Amino acid sequence: MNAVWTSGLRKRYRKRTAVDGVSCSVARGEVLGLLGPNGAGKTTVIKMMLGLVRPDAGEVMLLGRPVGDPRARAKVGYLPELFRYQPWLSAKEVLDLHVRLAGADVPDGERRDTLGLVGLADRARDRVGGFSKGMQQRLGLAVALVARPEFVVLDEPTSALDPVGRADVRDILLSLKERGVAVLLNSHLIGEVERVCDRVVILDRGRVAASGTLAELLGGRELRLRLEKVTSEAEERLRRAGPVNRDGDLFTVVDLDAALIPELVADLVALGVRVHSVEPGRVSLEDRLLDILGSER
Amino acid sequence: MIVLTFAGLTLREAARRKVLRALAVLTVVLLALSAWGFHTLVTREFDGAQLTSGELRLIASQLLNLVMFGLSLIAALGTAFLAGPTVAGEVESGTALAILARPIRRSTVLVGKWLGLVAFGGGFVALAGLAQFVIVYVTTGYWPSGPVTGLALLAFQTAVLLTLGLLFSTLISPMASGVVAVGLFGATWIAGVVGGVGRGLGNDNVAAVGTVSQILLPTDGLWRSAMYAFQDPAALLGFGGPAVRGGFPFLSDTPLTWTYLAWSVVWTALVLGLAALVLRRRDL
Repeated sequence: MNAVWTSGLRKRYRKRTAVDGVSCSVARGEVLGLLGPNGAGKTTVIKMMLGLVRPDAGEVMLLGRPVGDPRARAKVGYLPELFRYQPWLSAKEVLDLHVRLAGADVPDGERRDTLGLVGLADRARDRVGGFSKGMQQRLGLAVALVARPEFVVLDEPTSALDPVGRADVRDILLSLKERGVAVLLNSHLIGEVERVCDRVVILDRGRVAASGTLAELLGGRELRLRLEKVTSEAEERLRRAGPVNRDGDLFTVVDLDAALIPELVADLVALGVRVHSVEPGRVSLEDRLLDILGSER
Repeated sequence: MIVLTFAGLTLREAARRKVLRALAVLTVVLLALSAWGFHTLVTREFDGAQLTSGELRLIASQLLNLVMFGLSLIAALGTAFLAGPTVAGEVESGTALAILARPIRRSTVLVGKWLGLVAFGGGFVALAGLAQFVIVYVTTGYWPSGPVTGLALLAFQTAVLLTLGLLFSTLISPMASGVVAVGLFGATWIAGVVGGVGRGLGNDNVAAVGTVSQILLPTDGLWRSAMYAFQDPAALLGFGGPAVRGGFPFLSDTPLTWTYLAWSVVWTALVLGLAALVLRRRDL
């Protein structure tokens, strides 16, 4: 069963099409990364999933109910990209309010633990108005997590955080994943997405440009070789191993089975090539993203 | 009840923000000035002659209405500027995003906020109005003829204006919604005065200006009915004349009719319903 399922979502703001036929889903217990350049429609898609923006066309099912039914949001935790909480309330009062609105039964101790989890345990009684941007984002994270959600939507959760805060968020994401909570993560920090997400959807100009598991998107491995005295026979030998990209003396062989590396290197040496370095690697998500977005344009 | 949660939250916001302090200071200044004025009125002689009790009651009625108008203006400004930011401001700042992603209806939030604002405005009018009555009683011995009716109508007037403010705040920016609501409140009051002059002069066309504006926005009609409840009917009868027939802005010749009260209730419900509809369809 899906935590969220959307079909053919479309949204226009005046003359500009923000979202154009987006269909995607997040399975229960899955962590999905939403990637794409600025203005790709990521936040609009998220808002339509939560019933905050009305789609012009398309359908959304949230935790088994149509999104128009407020009960669909009972087990959803949301940290908006534009996060702001009542400045005249204390951090604890904000959490109390959200627990009441969610209709959840969360004991006081657990609420305190949630504040502790985001590093705000000793600021529970302070007014939110005096919080820094980063602290407000931490509070937003606590708000998203406090009412025992089954589906957590985090829209740029680390935009205002320092490196320590980012590491905290990564730990929180991994613990959510362990507990089987579905997560939708919109982030520009590709490293973050690559480390925690099971699947990725790439949006570009309001459409799904690519989607799949990381293995599907990133494909097989690649081999980077720094070579000297490469003869045409040696080049031919490289091409037999797989598609080759050459940049000066750096050769990259794509989709190469790791077991074939020693044989390839032995052949190259036999052909008189001087081998300076051999680095097996994987296409990074960043390269793949730029590649996908580049071919779209 | 989630509605009451939002009503309580709105009251807490009003109490913790500077609005309450500003209102309290304005009210104390107004009450102090009126105490001084009423005291001066009874202790000084007018043109060498002490005022008769009838004259005193007529003047006390008018002055009480004038001061109550000041109070209603403070209540109107205060609640309109609270109602403005409450929806538009929260949508603009992003506060509404986290709240409305909860399993609640937008209309619940709106009605809750409305209830909180009505309680705030009503509480203010009741407290400040009562304090004013006591000041007038202590200084001049005058007690209004229908204090409870008058204060209830004044509170209703505040509710009408803040409902309008709430509707605007679902449509336009926070500051603009407050300004437009207060502007319309002032325009209706002026139209009411113009209509009163028309009635005093027997000019039906001019009188219609007041009637139409009082139907379009019931603040002024409710205010005039409230004034009627604050006045001394016996003193007014003794003096009569065009002033009492509507020509003077701080005396009223129109008691409340049930039809008008019913219309005001319907008007408020319609505007609140419209605000809920607009908010429901709004993209955040």
